[in-house]
Amino acid sequence: MHELQITERILDVVLKHATGQDVSKVVRIHLRIGALSDLEDEWIQHYFDYLSRGTVAENAQLAITRTGAVLCCQSCSCSFEVTREQLGHAHCPDCRETGLELVSGREYVIENMEVL
Amino acid sequence: MSDAVRLIEIKEEIHADNQRVAQGLRCQLAEKKTFLLNVMSSPGAGKTRTILKTIDALRDRFRFGVLEADIDSMVDAELIAAQGISAVQLRTGGFCHLDAAMVAKGLDALDLNALDVVLIENVGNLVCPAEFDTGAVKNAMILSVPEGDDKPLKYPLMFTVSDVLLVNKIDYLPFSDFNLQAMRERG
Repeated sequence: MHELQITERILDVVLKHATGQDVSKVVRIHLRIGALSDLEDEWIQHYFDYLSRGTVAENAQLAITRTGAVLCCQSCSCSFEVTREQLGHAHCPDCRETGLELVSGREYVIENMEVL
Repeated sequence: MSDAVRLIEIKEEIHADNQRVAQGLRCQLAEKKTFLLNVMSSPGAGKTRTILKTIDALRDRFRFGVLEADIDSMVDAELIAAQGISAVQLRTGGFCHLDAAMVAKGLDALDLNALDVVLIENVGNLVCPAEFDTGAVKNAMILSVPEGDDKPLKYPLMFTVSDVLLVNKIDYLPFSDFNLQAMRERG
């Protein structure tokens, strides 16, 4: 539901980095998105196609890598990765505790972009 | 200009700006000794009523203010202001959540020196509000029994970012298959 805001932000960052770099066209943008994001890859691309019209990023392809969510056990401090589906029943693999803190899984990182 | 594809490194977290504003808010609030709590739930789970009842029970001990977020309308802020509580209505103009900049604008309209606790009533939605740091010190979530005990499986981020979960409308428990124990394990 907030694809528009996120995608606007992606485009802003991409255009900022393209400025002054003699870029005629952005071909591909590599994004790393945490497993807990509810955004659908397909929709991010649709919004991006719409917003980027008339810019150097028009027709750029978004290459999205999903990374797992990492939890840290508040009892024994061990960190472990879970999938989105496991999160609802997650417990520490070492001490079985369910008091867990989210370390990563919410990120939206623009890694790099391929340009001409 | 060459025809070869070049790689430009970016490494930018797109929530970084929001997180900076949120962190700034937390520092400002700590200085003023004002506690900011972000209350989230589905529409109709009982956020406004719970906020009103909480303030009613604690208003002798703490001075409260409320930020009401809705896509449109002023009804919630009017309801709270009618009880003599400082309330600001934030109309998100179509946005499905609040971010730290919107909260900062709302706090500007309140006299923080005269408030101990500010409650944010976020937009009723289990998806988007979970993704944006509002600058609150803690996140609270309300789930009402009619919504079902499967919600942590469907909206894991919301349950993960919440520090406390309040199960509301428990008088409906005998008429529903809501399993409190399963909820505890999933939440």
